[in-house]
Amino acid sequence: MTKPAFLLTASPHLGSGDSTPTIMWSVVASLVPVVGASVYYFGPSAVLVISAATLGAVLAERVFGPKGALRDGSATITGVLLGLTLPPGLPIWMAFIGGGFGIGFGKLIFGGLGQNIFNPALLGRAFLQAAFPVALTTWPALGGSWWSLRGDNLALPLMSASVPDAITGATPLGLMKFEQVTTDYSDLMIGSIGGSLGETSGIIILVGGLYLALRNHLNWRIPISIFVTVAVLAAVIHALSPERYPTALFMLFSGGLMLGAVYMATDMVTSPVTNKGCWVFGFGIGFLVVVIRLWGGLPEGVMYAILLMNAMVPFINRATQPRVFGTGLREVST
Amino acid sequence: MLHKLTFRHGVHPPEFKELTEAVAVRRMPFPDEVVLPLSQHTGRPAKLLVRPGDRVERGDKIAEADGFISAPVHASATGTVEEIGLWPHPLGNYSTAVRIKVEPYSAQAPRPRMVPEWEGLSPEEVRQAVQNAGVVGLGGAAFPTHVKLTPPKDKKIETIIINGCECEPYLTTDHRTMVEYPERVQQGIRIMMQCLDVDRTMIGIERNKPDAIEAIQATLPTDLDVTVHPLTVKYPQGAEKMLIEALVAREVPSGKLPLDAGVVVQNVASVATIAEVFETGMPLIERIVTVTGRGIRRPSNLIVPVGTKLRDLLDACDGLKEDAFEIVFGGPMMGAAQADLDTPILKGTTGVVVLAESEVKAKESHPCIRCGHCLDACPVFLNPQLLGSLAKAERWEEMEASHLMDCMLCGCCSYVCPSNIPLSQLFQLAKAALRKRKAA
Repeated sequence: MTKPAFLLTASPHLGSGDSTPTIMWSVVASLVPVVGASVYYFGPSAVLVISAATLGAVLAERVFGPKGALRDGSATITGVLLGLTLPPGLPIWMAFIGGGFGIGFGKLIFGGLGQNIFNPALLGRAFLQAAFPVALTTWPALGGSWWSLRGDNLALPLMSASVPDAITGATPLGLMKFEQVTTDYSDLMIGSIGGSLGETSGIIILVGGLYLALRNHLNWRIPISIFVTVAVLAAVIHALSPERYPTALFMLFSGGLMLGAVYMATDMVTSPVTNKGCWVFGFGIGFLVVVIRLWGGLPEGVMYAILLMNAMVPFINRATQPRVFGTGLREVST
Repeated sequence: MLHKLTFRHGVHPPEFKELTEAVAVRRMPFPDEVVLPLSQHTGRPAKLLVRPGDRVERGDKIAEADGFISAPVHASATGTVEEIGLWPHPLGNYSTAVRIKVEPYSAQAPRPRMVPEWEGLSPEEVRQAVQNAGVVGLGGAAFPTHVKLTPPKDKKIETIIINGCECEPYLTTDHRTMVEYPERVQQGIRIMMQCLDVDRTMIGIERNKPDAIEAIQATLPTDLDVTVHPLTVKYPQGAEKMLIEALVAREVPSGKLPLDAGVVVQNVASVATIAEVFETGMPLIERIVTVTGRGIRRPSNLIVPVGTKLRDLLDACDGLKEDAFEIVFGGPMMGAAQADLDTPILKGTTGVVVLAESEVKAKESHPCIRCGHCLDACPVFLNPQLLGSLAKAERWEEMEASHLMDCMLCGCCSYVCPSNIPLSQLFQLAKAALRKRKAA
């Protein structure tokens, strides 16, 4: 009788069914409503900018990355997330370059998926902010036809950008910081405000985050600790000087905090592996966000807060290793 | 004392026990030949006592214990020693085994033997009888049982813990033992308590076996402090350290034994075997094996002569289905996949699980994304993520410094890993490499 060939693998022979591509694509899926909201508010410009950033990221992964890496979905996340952090009127060639830079220099140069220190989408945005500071801080005013472009999206590469045809507006954080003007909470929460594409709808982002947390595809400790830290610090500071500093609710729902806390800081690769470390990491981000927003030179600090804490992750991991079972016990009295 | 009847971390694999949990144990017919490896237990292999051509009767000793941490092997069927040579072993290697051609038409009646009255025996004599009968742990590790009955003088045992968790998916061996032979379990506990001079016994059973809990509850001795504790269903609840934590809220110190926490843990089937030795005088030559899985035609709980070849066992369950894809000795979480249908069932083989292609773990692996799920799963609070990356770089010493030796290879980390990194396999490799380096 010939020997039948049976599978020979090491134990365990069963798996939980979760896979890295499943996690990545479920993140992409949960971003669909966020992208939808940005299209609702910013029209075709949102489609153009997010598509260009995603295309840049995906092409870089395809050309420079390992074979088949596109299937794991991580480059798509980077591209979409980068797109959501950009102003609606950004020339799309810049978004494209940002996506390529994020994947190329934010991820592949470190050795690809799982090896990078910094969140690739945020690194792409930091690069764009350094390279094109004016374009990255030009915000379109709300209003006008849905069909109109919110800026010179179709500008040719390296040409001086034309004056935006829409009247330049400002973000709630910018208004707060430079003009001491506050924005309605309801506008902040549902997103009818100026700002980056994904900064607009806190509620939708929270729903997406809840979905991912329930599927155990993000560590809920990170956003919660960011929110609590920001809220507590902002509330205390506001109480000390109400006319100078904004309220906690304003701090939570303005700028990129929601998107950053739910989707950027929770990037598994660049956040701590220990749960205790996630609390520390979230606290650090929240603290830095408040410090940069209130006393820094920029109106918004989420990006730098996360990137700075990304750099701290190896130290946080080392400092928060769990106590191994059966170690550090008091002498057993038998 | 209030504490949760479980441990922290762990995983919840699907149970699949419904295939055999209500199937009564039946005796399989004697196969044409049995193959008895000399190494069926933890410790030194047994020393051979027979030669090819010898006629042996069922229950005869064919190899004797080689030292204290060793156990003898007995013929599981009457017949003639055909060959002594290398034979496939469930661990995946070849080892010396005695092949016995079973006598056809034999009544397979054992020789009449003296059954010792255990109540009159000293602890030393009880241990001797247990070792002579070749009793080893039936829960999988096959640690010689008499060693557990011989605690060092300076260690005081407060509690005997009887392990009826059976937390591996699919397996129902212990479950059926408790349902069908509860008196034997209780009798075995009685013998152990006298032998170890211990006043308290706790029986831990996962809640998914209500009929077993009921049967054990109904037969509890009234004159002894023996209690039943229904436990949370979670893998690996049946791991010694986890079970001890659940029942007596005490951690076994790293690198130490349950003895160091004042506890001896024994599996229910092993306890029942101790009772059987003093009931019939027969050594350990057969055991209950669960044959199950989606790839087998007739999932069963069988009384199987030790040394029965996998091929014959599968035949006793009407054979494999078309989609049989992987055959595992033991449970699917920690068991070993088998390549050869001539591999024999050993004393420590709890079950044979035939998995279908649709349920085996994915083959494709991805890079680690540091999701930390393995840290949340590890019941002994290691950092499998770190250990895994060290293992891939073959940095064994650093792994040891990160408590590799506390890993019990339960497989929880590999089970949850979304990137399908073979963590527990890497750890097994690292442990072997470290052992080799120390020996050199």
